[in-house]
Parts: sequence; C-alpha cells; structure tokens
Amino acid sequence: MAYDKFTTLKTTAVPLPIENVDTDQIIPARFLKATERVGFGDNLFRDWRYNQDNTPKEDFVLNNPKYSGKILVGGANFGSGSSREHAAWAVYDYGFRCVISSFFADIFRGNCLNIGVLPVQVSADFLQKIYAEIEKNPNSEFEVSLVEQKVTILATGESEPFDINDYKKDNMTNGFDDIDYLLNIKGNIQEFAKSTPL
Amino acid sequence: MSAKKTLFDKVWDSHVVHQIENGPDVLFIDRHMVHEVTSPVAFLGLKSRGIGVMHPEKTFATADHNTPTINQHLPVADPLSANQLRMLEENANEYGISYWGLGHEKNGIVHVVGPEYGITQPGATIVCGDSHTSTHGAFGAIAFGIGTSEVEMVLATQCIMQPKPKSMRINITGGLQFGVTPKDVALFIISQLTTSGATGYFVEYAGDVFKNMSMEGRMTVCNLSIEMGARGGMIAPDEKTFHYVKDREFTPKGDDWNTAMNYWQTLYTDEEAEFDKELTFDGSQIEPMITYGTNPGMGMGISKDIPNASDVKGGEATYKKSLQYMKFGEGDSMIGKPIDFVFLGSCTNGRIEDFRAFASIVKGKQKADNVTAWLVPGSHQVESAIKEEGILDILTEAGFELREPGCSACLAMNDDKVPPGKLAVSTSNRNFEGRQGPGSRTLLASPLVAAAAAVTGKVTDPRELMEMETA
Ligand code: SF4
Repeated sequence: MAYDKFTTLKTTAVPLPIENVDTDQIIPARFLKATERVGFGDNLFRDWRYNQDNTPKEDFVLNNPKYSGKILVGGANFGSGSSREHAAWAVYDYGFRCVISSFFADIFRGNCLNIGVLPVQVSADFLQKIYAEIEKNPNSEFEVSLVEQKVTILATGESEPFDINDYKKDNMTNGFDDIDYLLNIKGNIQEFAKSTPL
Repeated sequence: MSAKKTLFDKVWDSHVVHQIENGPDVLFIDRHMVHEVTSPVAFLGLKSRGIGVMHPEKTFATADHNTPTINQHLPVADPLSANQLRMLEENANEYGISYWGLGHEKNGIVHVVGPEYGITQPGATIVCGDSHTSTHGAFGAIAFGIGTSEVEMVLATQCIMQPKPKSMRINITGGLQFGVTPKDVALFIISQLTTSGATGYFVEYAGDVFKNMSMEGRMTVCNLSIEMGARGGMIAPDEKTFHYVKDREFTPKGDDWNTAMNYWQTLYTDEEAEFDKELTFDGSQIEPMITYGTNPGMGMGISKDIPNASDVKGGEATYKKSLQYMKFGEGDSMIGKPIDFVFLGSCTNGRIEDFRAFASIVKGKQKADNVTAWLVPGSHQVESAIKEEGILDILTEAGFELREPGCSACLAMNDDKVPPGKLAVSTSNRNFEGRQGPGSRTLLASPLVAAAAAVTGKVTDPRELMEMETA
C-alpha cells in the first residue's frame, strides 16, 4: 500500500523516557484480532494509558494535555519484542509520523519504514537534549528533515544528522513501497526461482 | 579462491536475487509460514493491488495464536477470533495455500509444526509474521520474523527486502551442569547480552554445548535469539539435523534427498571466516535460570538474588519501574516466592522433550493446591507423543490436565490469561508487562523449573527435587 510522502516534519513532540518499550506495551495482543487496519490508535499504549475500568491514567503522557505533536520520543531499545506491525500501525493511527530514540529494535524499525513512520535514531546525548527541551517548553517545536537527514531543536538551533539508506529514503520521500519495487523486477525473481533447490 | 564464508553468508548470499546499492538486498524466500493474526491485512493488500500469491506451494498456513485450547471441536465463541480464523481459511482457499486450521491433525504452533512436517530444512530461507520464526534456525536455515507489509511482500513476490545483518558467533564451550537445559542456556545468554545486545546481528551458535544438544533443544535456543535483539540465530546442520529431517512429509525423497544432502553438507562456517562480533562463554558456569523483571534480559541463576538498581547497566528508573511492576525488591531471593500459575507450552518449550522434562519432576508428586497449571502441547503431534509415551498418565496422576495445542498463554490472545497481579512461572519467551494478561506477572524459566514450581507452589530449584530422586 503506498503511503503518505514524508519530506519534512515540523511539530511539537511527546516524551516517553522509558527504555525497552516493547511492542506488547505499544499494542497489547488482545487488540490484534482485527482483520483490517483501522482503529489501532485508540489502543496505543492501552495498559499504560487506561485503568482496567477504561478510565484514563492521568499520569501517562498521552493523557497529559500539555503534550502533543507528531513526534514520539522514546527511550533506548524502543519497539523490542514481537514482529506485530500493528505496533507501528497504532503509532501511525494515533497521529505520530516520526519516532525518535537512541536505539531501535530491528523489526519495529523496519515495520515503521514500511508504513511511512520515520524512525530517527539519535545519540543518547541528543535524546536527552530533546527531553530537556520538551520539559522546559512542551510547545517547543522540532524539525525532522528526511531530505537533509537531520533533526533540529528549533528553539536552540541544535541539530544532529541521522542515518537512513538511500533506497528507503527514496521510498519515503516518494511514498513508494517495497512491493512496487519488487513487482518491477518480477521477471528476475521468476528466473531466480527456477534455480532454487528447495 | 572464494573468500571464507560463515554459515550465514552461505545461505544468505545464495538467496540474493538482486542487490541495491546503499539499500537492502532482495532475498528469495523458500518457505513462508502464515498464521491468522498477522496475515489478514496482507491479503487485503493483495486484493487492493489486484495481484495474487506468487508461490502458494511455498506458503503454509496454520491457526495458532488466537485459538482456544479447550473444546476445539466446538465453534470458536469469541466472534472477533472466529472471524479472524475464518478469514485465514478463506484466504488460504482462495489462493490455494495449504491450511492446517483448528481441528486439523497437523494443526499446532507454526514454529512447532514447520519442523515436524519437514517444511523447515537446512539452508532454506524461512519467514513468518511472528518474531520467533528464529526457531527454524536450529536446522541451519535463515529464519526470521517479519511484519505484515512484508508478509504481503512475500505473498506477492516470494521475496523480501532486507539489508544484510551483521554476524555474531556465540560459542558455549564445555558441558552443562546437572539440571541445566537449553532454555537456561538461552536465558543465560540474554542476561549477559541484554535484550538489545544482538540487535542488528544474525547469530550463529557454536561450541560443544550446542553440538551435544538435541534438535528440540537447539530449537529452544534459536527461538530465543530474538529476545537478545538478534534477527535470528542458527546452528550448523549435522548428522543429528539430517536424521531429524529425513522422511518427513515435506522433505525431499530419493534422488532429491541426495541433491539436498549435497547442498546441506556445505552448510558450515569456514574455518577462517570472520564474524563482526564473537563471544565465548563457559557452559559449566550456567545455572538453572529464572527471570525477575519485565524483559527476558532480566534473568539470573535461580539461587542468586535480584541485583540492585545501582549495579545494572542502563536506565535505573526503568529498572526500578520494572521491579515495582513485578512487586519484587532489589536484593530479593526468588527461591520461595509463592506462585499462582504455571504455563508449560509455546514454541519455546512446547515440544515433547519439554513435556518429558516436566513429567520427570512431577512424577509421583502432586500439583500444589495454590497453582493453576496450563499444560499446552505445541501441536497434535506433540499431544499424541505425550499420550503414547505414557506422559499423560504421569501428569494426570499428579493432578494435571492437558490442554489442546496452540500459543495459549504465551501471548494470551485467547482465554488463557493470567489474572491481574498473579504470578506465573512460564516456559514461554516473554515476560513483558501484561504479556500473559493485563496486570499479569511472569517468570520465565525452563520446564524443569516450571515443574518444580507446580508441585511446590513456589519458586524452587529443580535440582533439589531431582537430587532427592537420584539419592
Ligand atoms: S507460542 Fe508465542 S511466540 Fe510462539 S508463535 Fe505463538 S505467540 Fe508467537
């Protein structure tokens, strides 16, 4: 499925300074029964966000009206655990377009890239600077430029470059996905398939 | 002459259809396992693109994540689950994919039935929309979990786009102590590496400990590779592997077998091949393990005390939050903590060897009254073996019941949920907050530790019960 193009994002950010945030927290398994990709945002961080009687937990950041924006800023090893793409869908469906962390789990990172959420890995130092800025002013804006591969704290002008391979960068800026690419080389694949032993 | 290659390089490189500069490789996939939870949106994607499945004969579907483990002959009561199962069946039928649904004799957890029927083979590339696909690496396959967009990709093109991971070799030398199982070996490695220590790597396990390990044990270890952040883990195939694979339904026969063997026998790491990272541990230092926190890296030898926050690497606040969730204190001993639930099962420890181990401890004893036990075979084949080997009688006499196959309390999508606040000793693979049900608290351990807890009602070193028997 082609998705929204991503070039530059200028927005406030939501801080979640917890390490090892796993995909079971991002979207608990009991919400994986859907057969369509709709409504996952409602259950993003369900058990951190709501009590068992479905009342909101006031101390959780998504329930704090002070914070908003299209960037989620998570602690190291963000997205560890299951391969459920539903976790990335929940992040997207809630309204985030970018997750910043100092370290991502592999599959989650790949899933984000495949659906048009940009995972931005920054240094642990820069991550702390972002947290500090949000703490100081929750309305402070950040700029994530995919084109320049750079994230900037607009209030201070400090910025840091980030990595992404050219192929994925191209895909995201154009809103293409891997299947579009693979279908284009279908002939090669069919040829290759003839020679596989298994 | 060709460069020296690792086992991983050999399998990966021979499956690369196309390379993109500063981008991913296009990797051909030999086997695609599909289940009900991560596939419906992928099939919807195919429909909206107006394309079909390129190789239905390389695609295998089973229902396991979202299935009840009792009364499987009755219609599934939960309408959402029933709908998801029906979707898989319809999609499998529509695209000509073999489907082992609920009640089918071959039904079971995807990573248990794959090897059982010979779908899993050395040197193959295997993917599934489940992170524990790494299990199949036990056969010298490259096997890893994928997201739903990738499931769609493989259905559509039999390929996946992945940057080649870095390589790591983990050697475990020497022998294992009495009472130490493959699960303990894996939990030990994760406790040393943390849950992100192998992120970005594909791991090869080498050394005597793995050479001497059964195929079931190797599957347990490879299964848990993802819990150290690795994309997957693998073990070079040997005689044990070939013996296991031979004569299974989907393995090559006759001349094809010989051709396959010719390939499989080249699957080892060349002597001078280099890894990006190499670690070595002494197997004799490993104890039966147990976890005390909310990720699989928070594990320790069962006789040890919970480390102080100041002594652990990484975020102190997160560590404290984790212990608070578990209702444990720094410096606590795990031994003697009263438990409420025991779960034996999952693609980590739901195979016949695991039931044998469990039975070896509970034999002649009684389930503790305070414990609810869910014993869930990984497949019907495991279930039959439990019955045929007389293990069911041992379990029944000890006050246990056997459930029907499925993922069950591993991810608690069905009714097998540990209630809020309750403490479970579980042979599965994740102790994340709420993994086994909202508010549930999970201790990961081997089938022996689970059995010892089930009969004593508290965390118990299984070696005590084993020694009593041999004394
Ligand atoms: S048993 Fe658990 S880990 Fe294994 S396939 Fe099922 S849900 Fe995934």
